[in-house]
Amino acid sequence: MLIYATYNIKGGVGKTTAAVNLAYLAAGAGLRTVLWDLDPQGAASFMFRVKPKVKGGGRALISGKRPLDDAIKGTDFDNLDLVPADFTYRNMDLLLDDGKHDVKQSALPGGKPARKLSKLLAPLADDYDAVFLDCPPSVSLVSENVLHAADVVVVPLIPTTLSVRTLDQLSDFVGEFKGHRPDIFAFFSMVDRRKKLHRGITEKLAAERDNVAQTVIPALSVIESMSVWRSPVGVIAPGSAAARAYRALWVELRDREEPRG
Amino acid sequence: MTPGLAFFVADGGDPQNWDDIVAAVLAALSAEFTVAPERTVAGAVSVPAARVIWLDTFDWRLHKAGLTLEYVPGRGGSELRLSGPSGLEAAQQVTGWRPARPHLLADLAGGAVGVRIASLIAMRALIPVVATSTATGVYRLLNEDDKTVAKLLVDRPALDGARKDPLPPRLAIADVRGYAGPARRAARLLAAVPGVVQGARPPLADALRVIGRRPGDYSNKVDADITAGMPAAGAGAAILLRLLDTIDANTEGVLADIDTEFLHDLRVSVRRTRSALKLFGDALTGLTREELAFFAAEFKWVGDLTTPTRDLDVHLLDFEDTVRGLAAAKPDDLEAFRTFLEQRRRREFRALARGLRSPRYAGLIQEWRAKLTKIQQDTVPAGGTRTRAGYHQQVADGTAGLLATVCTRTAFAKVAKRGAAITPDSPAEALHDLRKRCKELRYALEFFAPLYDPAASAKVVGDLKRLQDCLGEFQDTEVQIGEIRTLAAAMLAAHEAPAVTLLAMGEVTAGLAARQQAARADFERRFAAFADVAGQRRMSTLLRGGTA
Repeated sequence: MLIYATYNIKGGVGKTTAAVNLAYLAAGAGLRTVLWDLDPQGAASFMFRVKPKVKGGGRALISGKRPLDDAIKGTDFDNLDLVPADFTYRNMDLLLDDGKHDVKQSALPGGKPARKLSKLLAPLADDYDAVFLDCPPSVSLVSENVLHAADVVVVPLIPTTLSVRTLDQLSDFVGEFKGHRPDIFAFFSMVDRRKKLHRGITEKLAAERDNVAQTVIPALSVIESMSVWRSPVGVIAPGSAAARAYRALWVELRDREEPRG
Repeated sequence: MTPGLAFFVADGGDPQNWDDIVAAVLAALSAEFTVAPERTVAGAVSVPAARVIWLDTFDWRLHKAGLTLEYVPGRGGSELRLSGPSGLEAAQQVTGWRPARPHLLADLAGGAVGVRIASLIAMRALIPVVATSTATGVYRLLNEDDKTVAKLLVDRPALDGARKDPLPPRLAIADVRGYAGPARRAARLLAAVPGVVQGARPPLADALRVIGRRPGDYSNKVDADITAGMPAAGAGAAILLRLLDTIDANTEGVLADIDTEFLHDLRVSVRRTRSALKLFGDALTGLTREELAFFAAEFKWVGDLTTPTRDLDVHLLDFEDTVRGLAAAKPDDLEAFRTFLEQRRRREFRALARGLRSPRYAGLIQEWRAKLTKIQQDTVPAGGTRTRAGYHQQVADGTAGLLATVCTRTAFAKVAKRGAAITPDSPAEALHDLRKRCKELRYALEFFAPLYDPAASAKVVGDLKRLQDCLGEFQDTEVQIGEIRTLAAAMLAAHEAPAVTLLAMGEVTAGLAARQQAARADFERRFAAFADVAGQRRMSTLLRGGTA
């Protein structure tokens, strides 16, 4: 089982659309896939038409009172399941850091509370080949948990000079992890090829860094319309440039991570 | 059918109603869900039709064991699926299979299905029983968010082959993970539609019904429809017609050489027919003495015609056991013997096939059926009355009950008398003769079994069977020793007898001789168990109670 997390400190950069489309493509490739919508806004759940509600809320899941397995819902697509969002996830930091641990240890990066998600996901290994975690935008105990649980952190970047800084900050943070460290794989999202700045940044970074995808996701209205049609772009417009771009990104990601699987 | 939460059959009797039932189901589900037909990549609502061929032995060994075996052809490889009452029990990929042809256990070569059914089918071939082709339509059941919360699967099976008769559609509600409630509600709506029956009935039974068959419709048992009060001639003709049906049913399988048991069952029915003619031929009013003698002689001809092939079949069927039983010789030493047996068998089979395809055989079967049918038609019902206990009270001579008593008593008396006369010094022929009388008695008990109390009959037949096994072992081993000697001489004459093979054959005959001696030593005990005072009392009880 490979765990992919779509993550960026910044919001509105295409994390959820990436998670939805990549999970859909993984399932289409025959991998038994589950997407956990960790964002209390529930955008991924909305796109799969699943109500953003978990029985017992985030507390039941995080405390282990309710197995994660119980919360899983089937989507309309073969091989693709979803753990829905719940509005109580907004308090997930508190739930993860519930005080039943050594205070000194919890203060350290990568301490026990930072690995709770890993433990919750472990029982899914027999049933799934791929797990996608769609994270809320923040630097928090939730994101730290996600980074510890993930095998691959998929980072959508918008083409600005600051995005390079964001990627470096994340790489440095993960570099401090003891033991398991996720692979960082970034890609440019919302790219307007007509803009010189966009072209310059995406081409330069893809050439310089081996953890930046060659594929870029263009800024296209069909991607925005995913929330209208409540479906992945591969369903709304399978022949579109956007659908082709996500397919290419998935192939690049799969080929890069295949040795881990 | 795809796994689902609940299964149903649109069983509205008339095929013309089935479309209406499916339409009513869709309408019922529309009351609570948006029902959306799922389109495949090709744009069709139905997925391509799936073919299934049901396989079983001619005598339904899998069905009798509660199993069904499906052959599912596929492009990447075909599959055998064995199911029991609780679902799939074993599956096995097969390549190069042609399901229209018979397949013996060797063709399953140690796969999961082969291992599971080996002891059940033994030497019998798997043959196609019926084939169906099923087109499946899928409908998504959507909630208010247009989310799929359950699926309706509509399977439309039809006969596959020359006939394409449609079979009752199968319906299933498949649940979507995390949406058990909507699936339950959909199943409730479906169950309430008139003409819909709940249950996962595979289309096998429906397919067989359409072609005028039913599961388990062949058996070599003599289960003629007779009652104690019916006229003796009518009962006798019914028994003989039942035997003739079995002969007829097996002839084609013998000629196609599907497996050895077609010939075995045919031979048993011929032998039973000959015994029946001996036991109650006189009761067949409408058949002259000359005709009786003619038919008896003709069935002896059929029996003799089949003997050489059957004897060689027995050698070949036992061959692996024989090889395993060798102590001094090596298994390969007997290979030349096996080759010789197979050659002989091919030659004898050609002679057998010529006989069974001859006008003489066809004429015999035709005439015999015509005679027996006429006897049945001409039989005036005897004056039988039904008592409260349900037994027929014979009120006049010439009833089946009286015939059964006389035949069985006479046959038993012969066994008791001849068996009692056997001493340790008696010649082998005395035991062989007793074996024949035992067979007659066994057949009498089988012919008239519907008239006897099953429990009393089971005890008598059990003891008789053990005595027969002992006598059979004694005679068969002797016959086999004689045959092996004859075959060895023939192999020598044909210059096909390596010294090691002859030595190994000598060892085999020594083993057979030891078995024969053991059977001879066991005889007194077996005979006493069947025909001592207690055994005679059991027989009297059977004859009194069963036909009263």
